[in-house]
Amino acid sequence: MSENALPHEPARPRRALPQINPVYFVLAALIVAIIVQNPAFVEPTGYMNFLKRAAPLAILAAGQLYVIVSGGFDLSVGSLITLVVVGSSMLTNNDPNATWWVIAVMFGIGLGVGLINGLVVCYLKVPSLIATLGMMITLNGLALMWSGGAPRGYLPDSFRFFGRFNFTDLPVIRILPVAIIVLVVAGFVLYWFMHRTNFGRLLHAIGDNPRAARLAGVPVNRVRISAFVVSSLSAVVAGILLGGFAGVSTDVGLGYELQAITATVLGGAQLLGGRGSVPAAIAGALTLMAIFTLLNFLGLPQPVRQVVQGLILILAVAATVYRQRRAGR
Amino acid sequence: MNETVPETVPPPVIEMQGIGKSFPGVRALHDVSFAAKAGEVHALVGENGAGKSTLIKILSGAYRPDAGTILLAGAPVSFQHPVEALRAGISVIHQEFSLLPERTVAQNLFLGREPVKRGLIDYTAMRAETRRVLDLFGAGGRIDPDMLVTELDVASQQMVEIAKAISLEARVVVMDEPTAALNEAECEVLFGIVGKLRDRGTAVIYITHRMREVTRLADRVTVLKDGEVATRFDTRPAPDVIVRAMVGRDIADFYAPRATREEIGDVVLSIRGGGNAALRGIDLDLRAGEILGFAGIQGAGRVALAMALIGHRPFTAGKVYLSGAEVAFAHPREAIRAGIGLVPGDRKAEGLTPMQSVRDNGMLTARAFAGLAATHKANHHTDLAGMDRLLDSLEVRAASYDQSIGSLSGGNQQKAIVARWLALKPKVMIFVEPTRGIDVNAKAGIYHLMRELAREGTAILMISSDLPEVIGAADRILVMRAGAIVSEFGPGPTEAQIMLAATGETEAAA
Repeated sequence: MSENALPHEPARPRRALPQINPVYFVLAALIVAIIVQNPAFVEPTGYMNFLKRAAPLAILAAGQLYVIVSGGFDLSVGSLITLVVVGSSMLTNNDPNATWWVIAVMFGIGLGVGLINGLVVCYLKVPSLIATLGMMITLNGLALMWSGGAPRGYLPDSFRFFGRFNFTDLPVIRILPVAIIVLVVAGFVLYWFMHRTNFGRLLHAIGDNPRAARLAGVPVNRVRISAFVVSSLSAVVAGILLGGFAGVSTDVGLGYELQAITATVLGGAQLLGGRGSVPAAIAGALTLMAIFTLLNFLGLPQPVRQVVQGLILILAVAATVYRQRRAGR
Repeated sequence: MNETVPETVPPPVIEMQGIGKSFPGVRALHDVSFAAKAGEVHALVGENGAGKSTLIKILSGAYRPDAGTILLAGAPVSFQHPVEALRAGISVIHQEFSLLPERTVAQNLFLGREPVKRGLIDYTAMRAETRRVLDLFGAGGRIDPDMLVTELDVASQQMVEIAKAISLEARVVVMDEPTAALNEAECEVLFGIVGKLRDRGTAVIYITHRMREVTRLADRVTVLKDGEVATRFDTRPAPDVIVRAMVGRDIADFYAPRATREEIGDVVLSIRGGGNAALRGIDLDLRAGEILGFAGIQGAGRVALAMALIGHRPFTAGKVYLSGAEVAFAHPREAIRAGIGLVPGDRKAEGLTPMQSVRDNGMLTARAFAGLAATHKANHHTDLAGMDRLLDSLEVRAASYDQSIGSLSGGNQQKAIVARWLALKPKVMIFVEPTRGIDVNAKAGIYHLMRELAREGTAILMISSDLPEVIGAADRILVMRAGAIVSEFGPGPTEAQIMLAATGETEAAA
């Protein structure tokens, strides 16, 4: 250890080109496969619909990435989505004018959930996996209690605008779903904070070595709590979009937490912290959706999706570990 | 190993002839020949990157050489795997031990070759043999075969590693910087063990950065430089001769000159009656422009003092004054904001964020005190270009400052951590083990850097287990024992005087 930086393996000469995250190649290949299966995908309605359906997961994955890079996990986001959808339908009570304040309340709930997750992890020292698992169960229970067991009512169209509405008759692209605008804006904001601010660099530092970060003066708890808040707020955004096109049910957010984690891992994020990229996490989410779409085309039943997702999660982590070992450290 | 050494000159136990090894873009070794005889300590020295580790990895079967041959007792061998080298009697004791922490000493010693009696593991025999081996070098009183490895301190763990080598009947024992994690008293014990290994007829290959150990232990010395054998001494040379061979220059200016009377200014930091679980009754005054050295054995409270000052494990008693005003820090952030900086002793666990770039590691503290939403490129302490200039001025060697810091050598990592603080210009800098595990040239660089900081008015507190370093670099030395400051020395005490104060025992001075 004391010696030099010699590579451990006599590896082949280093490539001159900068390393490109493999997730982009995988995504490109999958899109080609989808087009082969269904040529209509190249039409704006084809890919726009794909992006629209992928938008909630992509936003969720980008938010989850904050917690992953900080060295934790946020399992509570799926139930938070459910709570947002169920809670919004209860609160709006079919009143279109209620949309705006209900959305504000939902962001308030998201802020609260993120703060509690972060405070529990930082001050009660509960590992994030357990803290957010507890939050996941609690929020699910709250959603069921709130809806009285069976959700009723509908979300008004003014609320469903974000998830469902398409601008049509546009030049070139013809249609533009609002969900995609939300994805682009949220994705850019999340990208900016992760890769262009102190917050992002400090987040990487505390995920990499929290003790060293603390001794260097980093406000570790503040940064960590902020990561949980970002993740929760991204879940609220995802919930609002899903409420728009998935309708009201108590299992609307089911499984989204693991899909989001899978997406970040597909994007090359380091589980246990220290490394991750927002664009790659979004590409990871699109990759996951593309795989699901392909499975659909192939007529495989829903349970197969779960098997595939599980295998992808394991393979993606294994691939990341393998690449890092090859790189020397 | 009860074989008697014949009268005729036997071939060396291990001989490496014309070894060459290249990695992409790097020629690590070129035509290196190296031999060790039974019953000798052969020191292998050289700067970081000189090729010591590569040579040892070839010897132990971890790498295969591109050229050259290895002869074991005169017969050519070619190891495909470290296990083969181990079976042939070559044991390497690495800086990071390969023991299983939750197993007992005896279980570790017999890992993978447990004695079996009637189909069951014969624990009685294991214990007895473990005790016998430990007693061989006088560690029996210190280590019990039934203790868990995790209960042992670093020195004892190392003894278990050595015991393992002995019980494997190792003919060649390679020690890679064995004293890096040991304090003075433990080093003494280790030196005794090395002597016993030699007396038993083992060939000991001893890798170190510390000249004192070479002059004390080595029968022969091989100096590697840039992947080639620079010099071989068949006797024990004087330290400055070895250093000159290693770095190709004199060591007259190894340590920077001490502060003159005029350079030492007012008291910046005072502690009165400071105490916590690990410290008691700490009184000290630290002046601008001076380097105050702290000596003491492991656990004497020196690191606890650093951690209390920086607010990581705060004082619970007493008062601290910074520039005359009373302060109390409950978190490193508060201490740093007030003007205290820390270069921690355990670089890997406390200093580095290893996956991040060299530049990000340098920027860490400056960013920690700028707004979270502000750009990462600049803050009121420095910007990216300023950090690059700092890293340049410290001569940090990296392919690019975007490279992850984990892949740099220890000396370059240390410089990047120092750069973190240079950007902030603290009033008080605490250096803990500032040169641990870094090579001779980088060491000199760090000493001169500390002195330069002091000249600019920073008050420096230097904690080190390397006595010559404390004596050479500090203007004043405080010795700690059992959580308290027990004595003070001006410039230039002897090692014996300090050890006497540090251990509180007259015998230990010998």
